[in-house]
Amino acid sequence: MRPAPSVILFTVFSGFGFGTLALHGLGLGTGAAGWAAGFGFAILGLVCSTFHLAHPLRAPFAFRQWRTSWLSREAWACLVALAVMVPVALADLAGHSGLLLAGAIGAGLCAVAVFCTSMIYGQLRAVPRWHHWTTPALFLVFALTGGALLADSTMLAVGLCLGLSGLLAAVFLAGDRRLSRSGLTPGHATGLGGAGRVRSLELPRTGPSYITRELIEASRRGRSATLRVAAVGLSGLAPAVALALLPEAFAVLAATGLHLAGALCARWLFFAEAEHVATLYYGGHISEDG
Amino acid sequence: MSGGAGKRTLVIDLDACVGCHACSIACKGWHAARPGTVLADEDAYGPAPFGAFLNRVHSYEVTPAERPAQVVHFPRTCLHCENPPCVPVCPTGASRQRADGIVEIVAERCMGCGLCAWACPYGARELDPVAGTMRKCTLCANRIDDPARSEDERIPACVRACPTGARHFGDITDPDSAVSRLVAERGGYDLMPGFGTQPTSKYLPPRPRDALPTDAPLPKLVPEGGIEHWFDRLLARD
Repeated sequence: MRPAPSVILFTVFSGFGFGTLALHGLGLGTGAAGWAAGFGFAILGLVCSTFHLAHPLRAPFAFRQWRTSWLSREAWACLVALAVMVPVALADLAGHSGLLLAGAIGAGLCAVAVFCTSMIYGQLRAVPRWHHWTTPALFLVFALTGGALLADSTMLAVGLCLGLSGLLAAVFLAGDRRLSRSGLTPGHATGLGGAGRVRSLELPRTGPSYITRELIEASRRGRSATLRVAAVGLSGLAPAVALALLPEAFAVLAATGLHLAGALCARWLFFAEAEHVATLYYGGHISEDG
Repeated sequence: MSGGAGKRTLVIDLDACVGCHACSIACKGWHAARPGTVLADEDAYGPAPFGAFLNRVHSYEVTPAERPAQVVHFPRTCLHCENPPCVPVCPTGASRQRADGIVEIVAERCMGCGLCAWACPYGARELDPVAGTMRKCTLCANRIDDPARSEDERIPACVRACPTGARHFGDITDPDSAVSRLVAERGGYDLMPGFGTQPTSKYLPPRPRDALPTDAPLPKLVPEGGIEHWFDRLLARD
């Protein structure tokens, strides 16, 4: 899948923002800077998502099909979560602590928003690397870790950072193993596999098409071990080290910067490495057999 | 729209297709006839043209274990699934399935997010690079239901154009229709049925080719020895 900057920034920033809002809503973080970062990143992410649209002015139509579409549910969940969090934030900044229940509900809605975002990708059977429970798990842990970096408990942040790196590494390797056994070959896609070995002899066009640019080109470049190591290291391990070793004044800023760099790297790989089944028609292989 | 319970669709004969791309061109041409349906190209006459097509003809080499390889030309277009994954993912309702099974796009409501194209395992949808809206095959909905046309003209442009009769159009739910009989006789199959899409369009598999000859080499024309044999050896290639 094409790693478009708009969707990478959208998912990373809105995940980070909603994670921060959720932990602040639960009372695990306080202070104007944290609330501002939460709202700022969540809204920035949603603005970035509109750059992915060929007709951004038609985005309001996206609220219509919430019964079936995860993208539509995501739009609603983001809006409702932000709306519930505004009074919670104002009460917290004004020094009231009476809105704990509203904060907890808001935190739940933030989690629903991140879950809906992840299901935009996790629902797609045509992208087998995404169509797995690890996709929502990864998005939720990313959001939680980002939020914990701006929360008050260093122990929680370090723990989540280490957990995130472990999960990310496991998802990379488990995804490779799952796809190599998936049986997805050109023979399977064309239905000609029973007649013999199937190889693409000639492509249906002489230049690129929307399909090749959007669905096929990126994943055919192969996997990058270097970027995987960078994503695992920067998103979790490096922030954990920064939080543990650096003086407190710099630690949060450094850890957040490192984590966001790692999250952007991981999300770039999330898109670039995801093989679309249509790649099989263009001579690509997903499974190792056949 | 003719409505009714029937489901009209395409049946593609992989044995007959010669890979001429006439279906792709006829499709593009038919859509170009009306401003509202043009399948636009970016930089159409420049060095790097980039346009939307609803038909793509692939060519594959199929090598059976004990027979010579054969080439299979493979037209690929929307299969008008009964359970189309492209429809529920659409957030705006632009992507929808008509009562007669045809999956179509309401261009005015499409915001061009591309999610439907991601959801289709067959890669059948393409974003129009000029209009910025998703495009897909409608089986030439404005042809097949046009009362001004005679009955034999109410077929999609690709079917009309195919010179080898590799594309068939008809009601797949009627067991007596020509397409249903073809599917029954030739073992028509669904593409990637495991994805749960239940395509209405079927593919007819290519018939197996002859095996490599295993007979003895041709008998000698001249007996061993003598002047004829000497000439034969002299004139033979090895």
